[in-house]
Amino acid sequence: MPSLFTLAFKLLVNDRAKFAALIVGLTFSVFLMVQMLSMFSGILLRASSTVLNTGASIWVMDPAVTTVANSIPMPDYVLDAVRSINGVKFAVPFYSGGALVKLADGTYQSVNVIGLDDASLFGRLPLVAGHIEDIYSDNAFIVVRDAEYNKLERPTVGTVFEINDHRSVVVGLAKAPISGLFGIPTLYTIFTRAIVYIPNPRFTLSYVLVEPKSVDRIPQIQAEVAHLGYRALTAKQFVRHITHFYVYQTGLGTNILIMTAISFLVGLSISGQTFYTFILENLERFGALKAIGAKARDLVHVILFQAFLTSLTGYGLGVGLCALLIALAKVRLPDYSSIITYTNLIFAFVMVLIIAGISSYVGIRKVIQLEPFDIFRG
Amino acid sequence: MKWFGEGPTRTDAIRGVSLDAYFGEMLYIIGPSGSGKTTLLSILSGILRPSGGTVIVQDREIWRLDDDQLAEFRLHTLGFVFQDYHLFPRLTTVENVAIPLILRRRPWAQAMETAFQFLKIVGLESRADLPPVKLSGGEQQRVAIARAIVAEPDILIFDEPTASLDGETGRRIVEFIRTKILSPARCIVIVTHDPRIAEFADRTIAMEDGRITGIVERAARAE
Ligand SMILES: Nc1ncnc2c1ncn2[C@@H]1O[C@H](COP(=O)(O)OP(=O)(O)O)[C@@H](O)[C@H]1O
Ligand SMILES: [Mg+2]
Repeated sequence: MPSLFTLAFKLLVNDRAKFAALIVGLTFSVFLMVQMLSMFSGILLRASSTVLNTGASIWVMDPAVTTVANSIPMPDYVLDAVRSINGVKFAVPFYSGGALVKLADGTYQSVNVIGLDDASLFGRLPLVAGHIEDIYSDNAFIVVRDAEYNKLERPTVGTVFEINDHRSVVVGLAKAPISGLFGIPTLYTIFTRAIVYIPNPRFTLSYVLVEPKSVDRIPQIQAEVAHLGYRALTAKQFVRHITHFYVYQTGLGTNILIMTAISFLVGLSISGQTFYTFILENLERFGALKAIGAKARDLVHVILFQAFLTSLTGYGLGVGLCALLIALAKVRLPDYSSIITYTNLIFAFVMVLIIAGISSYVGIRKVIQLEPFDIFRG
Repeated sequence: MKWFGEGPTRTDAIRGVSLDAYFGEMLYIIGPSGSGKTTLLSILSGILRPSGGTVIVQDREIWRLDDDQLAEFRLHTLGFVFQDYHLFPRLTTVENVAIPLILRRRPWAQAMETAFQFLKIVGLESRADLPPVKLSGGEQQRVAIARAIVAEPDILIFDEPTASLDGETGRRIVEFIRTKILSPARCIVIVTHDPRIAEFADRTIAMEDGRITGIVERAARAE
C-alpha cells in the first residue's frame, strides 16, 4: 500500500469515535437495504414456488394470468391442440385451485390443491413418506411437508380428513424445495380427482405443462400457442412475469422501494454528515499538508481512500449482519422468507459506492477550496 | 505587493517590499503584530499569491508556476515550522515527522526510519511513539522542526517559532537552529517579534505597516 494511504488510514482509524460512527451508520444502512431487498426477493421467490417446484419447461395459460395461484381455467381442447403442435415432446394438464380442509377438531384450514396429470404424474415432488402409486387409490392425497405443514396438524400416512366435505386419505408426504407465499399448506393429487373434489366453473384446465423436443423449438411452440389465443411462457419467463406483477402491480414493490430508499438516505445522511464533520475537524491538518506541499490530487486520494475504506467495511459488516439475522430468523421461523441474492448485493454495493462518492465529494470540495495561508496565519 | 479585499475596504498588507535572502544565513523578519510578516513569508514560500511583484527562488520565478508545480516546489525546496506547529494529534510523533517524506512517496518503513533519525537530532527519540499532545510546548516545537528538516530542504521557514514558549526554551530552540540546522547550503528565514532571540540573526529586516523600515546586518550578534 502506498505510504500516503497508510497515512490516510491512520488519520481515519485513529479517530476512533468518528470512525465507529461512520462504520455503524454505513453498516446499519447496508443492513436495512439488504434486509429489505432480501425480504422482497424471498417473497418473489415464494410467489413463484409452484413454477419452480413443478419443473416444467413451458407453461401454457390464459393470457390474463398474472400469478400461478390465480389461474384462469382453459377449455380441454387446448390440451389436445398443444399436443398436436410440431416440436412438442409431450404436454400434460395441470390443476391448481383452493379448497377447505376440515381438521379433526372441526376447524377449517384453506389449502392449495394441485392436480397432476393422471398418466404421467408430471411435476410431482419427491416423497419423504409413503409410495407414489398410492396416489391412485381412493381419496388419496399427498401432503407437502413445507413450512405450512403444521397447519394441517402434522398429518402422517393414513391420516383422514375432509376436503370440501369429501373424505380424503393422506397416502404420502412430499418435500418441496420452495414453500409458497400465502402461508397455506399444499396438497397433491391426480388431476381427475382434483376437479371432482373442487367445484369448478365450466373449464377445469389451469395450465398445460409442455416439454419441447428441443430448446430451439420453443419460439415456434410459443407462436402457435399464441395463435390459439393462449400464452406459452418458459418457466423463467413465467417467474419473471409473476415478479413483474408483484413489483409493479401491487403495493409491495413500491413500498419496498420506498423503504430501501429510506435506508439509503439514512445511510447517506449519517455517513455523509459524519464524514463531513471528520473533514471539517481535520481541515487544519489538510491545510498543513497542503502548505507542506501535498498536491490537490494527493488530498483527493486521501479522502477517497478514507471514504471507500469506511464504505466497504460498512458494506461487509452490513451484509454479514443481515446474513446472520436471516439465518437466525430461519432457525426460529421456518416461514421466514428472505434470501440474499447477488442482485441485492450488487444493488446495495452500488448504493454504498454512491454514499461514499457523495460523502467524499463534499469533503473534497472543502479541501480543494482550502487556503493554506489561513492555516499559516494561525 | 499584497492587498486583501477591494475598494474602500482594501488592506495593503505588503507594499513595496524588496529583499534578498542568502544561503548560509539566518534572516530575521521582525515587526509588530499586523505588520505583514506572515503575509510576506507566505508569499516568499509559494503559499499566498501576491497581488503584484515577483519572488525568485534559486533562479525560478515561483509565482509563474501552476498550483501543482508550486506544491512540488514547497515539498522539495522548503521546510515549514508553523506558528502553532500544526502537528497531527492522531499520529505519533515519529509519524508526524515523516509526513514530508510520505508526501514525497517514500515507502512507509523507510520514512519512519528517516524520521526517527531526525527525532534523534532534535533529541526526542524517546518520544517517538507518543502522540504530540503528550509532549511539552518546547518538545512539540522540536517535533515541528524535525518535520521541517526531515526532507532536508534548502530553505527553512519559521513563523514566530518562540511565540508560545517561555524565554529560556525559546532561546535554546533558536540556538539549536543556529548551531545544528543552519549550514552553508541552507537559508533560514525566521519571523519573530521576540527580542530575546535577536542575537542569533545574521541580518534582521524590520517591518511596519507592510513596509520594510530597516535592515540591520549582523547587528545585534554578540558572539
Ligand atoms: N486573509 C486576510 N484578509 C484580510 N486581511 C488580511 C488577511 N490576512 C492578513 N490580513 C491583514 O494583513 C495585514 C498583515 O497581516 P499578517 O501578515 O498576518 O501580519 P503579522 O504576521 O505581521 O502579524 C494585517 O493588517 C492583517 O489584518
Ligand atoms: Mg503572523
